[in-house]
Amino acid sequence: MNKREFLKKGAIAFIPAAAVLQALIRQAEAGATSGAGAAGSPTPGYEPRDHWYGMGIEVEKCIGCNRCAEACKVENDVPPEPFFFRTWVERYTVKQSGETEVECISVNPRGERKTQDEREALRSFFVPKLCNHCAHAPCVQVCPVGATFTTADGVVLVDSTRCIGCRYCIQACPYGARFFNHRTNTADKCTFCYHRVIKGLLPACVEVCPTQARVFGDLRSKASRLVRFQRMNKINVLKPALNTEPKVYYAQLDGEVR
Amino acid sequence: MIAQVPPNLAELLGQVIGYIYPNEIEIHWSILIVVYPYLTGLVAGAFILASLVKVFSVKEVQPTYRLALLTALSFLLVAPFPLLLHLGHMERSFEIFLAPHLSSAMAMFGFVYAWYLMGILLLEIWFEYRHDLVVWGREHKPPLRWVYRALSLFSTDISERAVAFDRKAVRTITIVGIPSAFLLHGYVGFIFGSIKANPWWSSVLMPIVFLMSAIVSGIALVLFLYMVVTSLRNEPLDMKCLDRVASYLFYAVVVDFSLEALDFIHRLYQSEESVKILAQLISVKLFTNLVILQVLLGMLVPLAVLVAARTRRANPDLRKLLYFTSAILIQLGIFSTRWNVVIGGQLFSKSFRGLMAYKMEMTGLEGLVTTLGLLIAPFVILLVLVRLLPAKRVGEAPVHPA
Amino acid sequence: MKLPEQVTRIVAVLALIVALVLLVRFVLIPPAYFSTTVHESATVRREVARPVNFAGAVACQDCHAEEWDRKAQGYHKGLACEACHGPSARHAEDPMSVKPFAPRDRKFCPVCHAYDAARPTGFPQINPESHNPLKPCITCHNPHDPVPPETPKECAACHAQIARTVALSAHALLPCATCHTASKEHRIAPRSALPSKPQTREFCGQCHAGGTANPDAPKVELASHGGGYLCWQCHYPHLPEGRP
Repeated sequence: MNKREFLKKGAIAFIPAAAVLQALIRQAEAGATSGAGAAGSPTPGYEPRDHWYGMGIEVEKCIGCNRCAEACKVENDVPPEPFFFRTWVERYTVKQSGETEVECISVNPRGERKTQDEREALRSFFVPKLCNHCAHAPCVQVCPVGATFTTADGVVLVDSTRCIGCRYCIQACPYGARFFNHRTNTADKCTFCYHRVIKGLLPACVEVCPTQARVFGDLRSKASRLVRFQRMNKINVLKPALNTEPKVYYAQLDGEVR
Repeated sequence: MIAQVPPNLAELLGQVIGYIYPNEIEIHWSILIVVYPYLTGLVAGAFILASLVKVFSVKEVQPTYRLALLTALSFLLVAPFPLLLHLGHMERSFEIFLAPHLSSAMAMFGFVYAWYLMGILLLEIWFEYRHDLVVWGREHKPPLRWVYRALSLFSTDISERAVAFDRKAVRTITIVGIPSAFLLHGYVGFIFGSIKANPWWSSVLMPIVFLMSAIVSGIALVLFLYMVVTSLRNEPLDMKCLDRVASYLFYAVVVDFSLEALDFIHRLYQSEESVKILAQLISVKLFTNLVILQVLLGMLVPLAVLVAARTRRANPDLRKLLYFTSAILIQLGIFSTRWNVVIGGQLFSKSFRGLMAYKMEMTGLEGLVTTLGLLIAPFVILLVLVRLLPAKRVGEAPVHPA
Repeated sequence: MKLPEQVTRIVAVLALIVALVLLVRFVLIPPAYFSTTVHESATVRREVARPVNFAGAVACQDCHAEEWDRKAQGYHKGLACEACHGPSARHAEDPMSVKPFAPRDRKFCPVCHAYDAARPTGFPQINPESHNPLKPCITCHNPHDPVPPETPKECAACHAQIARTVALSAHALLPCATCHTASKEHRIAPRSALPSKPQTREFCGQCHAGGTANPDAPKVELASHGGGYLCWQCHYPHLPEGRP
């Protein structure tokens, strides 16, 4: 084929190319108008950017009653089997011998506990765990389709219509906070009860905690339980070396807790 | 797709040793995710062997060239299926291609796969076979005639110049193909290596170890297939070629073993927090798979066998037997390696306090039957391809047995 | 310049593929599909639309003011209504037709109050088997103001773990008041009126210094033993290790 034929063929290709270009321009214009308003606010009067949610947990107050895990399952329609938890409670016994024994009381809430012998235990306590809604979340980073994202008010959510169920995020979470929901065939996790929080209610786990060991608040608010919590306690987070910047802050967190 | 809770979770709960986070009881990446890197590893390895001929001008392995390319293609065609079958929502899989989240290494899959399949492998095969396709298109009767003509994209020019252009094109594509093959399998290593949450996976060496073991498995596979195909067709086997391929296999195994040994020694020496649970993982859950299958049978024994074959100057029949045995052992070893990485990494808790168990289903989408099907399918495809696109060039003199 | 026919054929196939891809990406699939903001806000809307099952403690106050005020004074002031009464959002919407759960069974209260060694010091714990067996808890304790019918004489009511530890130790026969002085206020407002701890070495020396009356207690030379520290800074008085 020579130059003339090539140009002829090129000219014919121009028509579909032009159509594509036109579609691109149309899309860019649509994007420009929808981008500004699309983020929109979920409820009238609520501006997500004014808030930045986190949770505080006072380990010394937790009595290990497991009400939080049960309330979460009721509120959020979590599969009832003891293999799927959005939040759970761990029981630690640091023994005189130096070893540490851990069990999850949420898996068997009314069952027998391990070491109760006061002679063996040096110290023992309960630690509630949940999704840390990390500011630098590894789960958000690894999702291949962007189904998991952080809202402007700091809550990490999962788009169950977008999730393809590859389970990469579950592997990437260092805290074991995510699970695979077999009803929706997507990844699932704690949402800080987002549907309650933006209406001014507390997450279900915080609501039912009998000793107020869990504290929920807005870090951007000057008068918030969580801000006071951060002022009055020495704060720790789980696995700080991984640089996930968790937003669940623990007071009186023992070094044995992983 | 599983519409209900996997039935064996309660049983697995009874097999937990120590403490695990409650959500960790379910092993998420099953045998299918072991098969995927195994298949793409074979693709990358077979291609690297093929590239030895074109880029590094290792003429002795020329008889395996076309076979290596077709092997790579057969395995590449089957490779996406384990991934597809594993997804919670298969019907949404195209989201990875259309709307990938660019910070995720997994999102690369669509592009790397499409590029490698179309831009490298199919293109190279086309240029390599084009002359023969045109000739076969003339020689054969319909309907095969139309198949060959369509495959050649209805080209007709088999002049000296055209064929020389083909050769140059093949060389260029192979040169681009080498880093592409590295990317095809290396990104899988990166998917694992970049997960800081999991200390068994998180390592800078992970993509490199993945790639080296891929090269080992690919070369071993082509070695195995070359012996099988020539024997099935009663064709003479080129011993010089076989010896050369075996010697490249030997070098590859040495490098792979050194890298894995380095990783192991480094972890042990550095002795970070995770070393205790990982030691427990190996001794309790992975002993047979790692120490016996992966290291002893998969690397040390083949290494010894290959050394024996080289130094002893055994007669050709004995050498063939030794190569055949080591090729099979290596396949077992590399499959074990993939198992130990993927499943092994999910058998210990991120609390570093406990170990879980994996129970592979027999039937079901992620079961043994499906796995065997996926492992056999590429050979079926290869059978078809080798018949359709024979290795012997049109007008080429028959190979002299060594 | 004449292009080799291979190239033209490959380019033609490539052009076809590219055209198809562009067609699908830019024309066939609506742009909203690719927008992350559209997807994220749709997700948020879906989340927000979920039903609320726990009404929140404040919702109970309007109708149940009496119970609310009573609870606000007592030990359960920090306990939300729904922690015991269960999710009551349906009841808050339609109080007459939906009634919340009212725990009356003896199995209920021990979920929080049964003894567990890991529960914090000062949290009231009982042994459900031995503490007034068969009687429902609400017989003696009003759940909205659970002050016990008699002020506990024993410290074990709230300090169960310490009491159990001491019971196993060489100090088992010593009442708590031997070493700790607790005012009446401590039983009412525990954290604001803390009991005392011995502040001198001589205090423990009353039994443990060489030459004192008590023959069973291990003796040490008070002047030279243990530097300037108070005894309980090394020894745990609730489980002293002097004798196994």
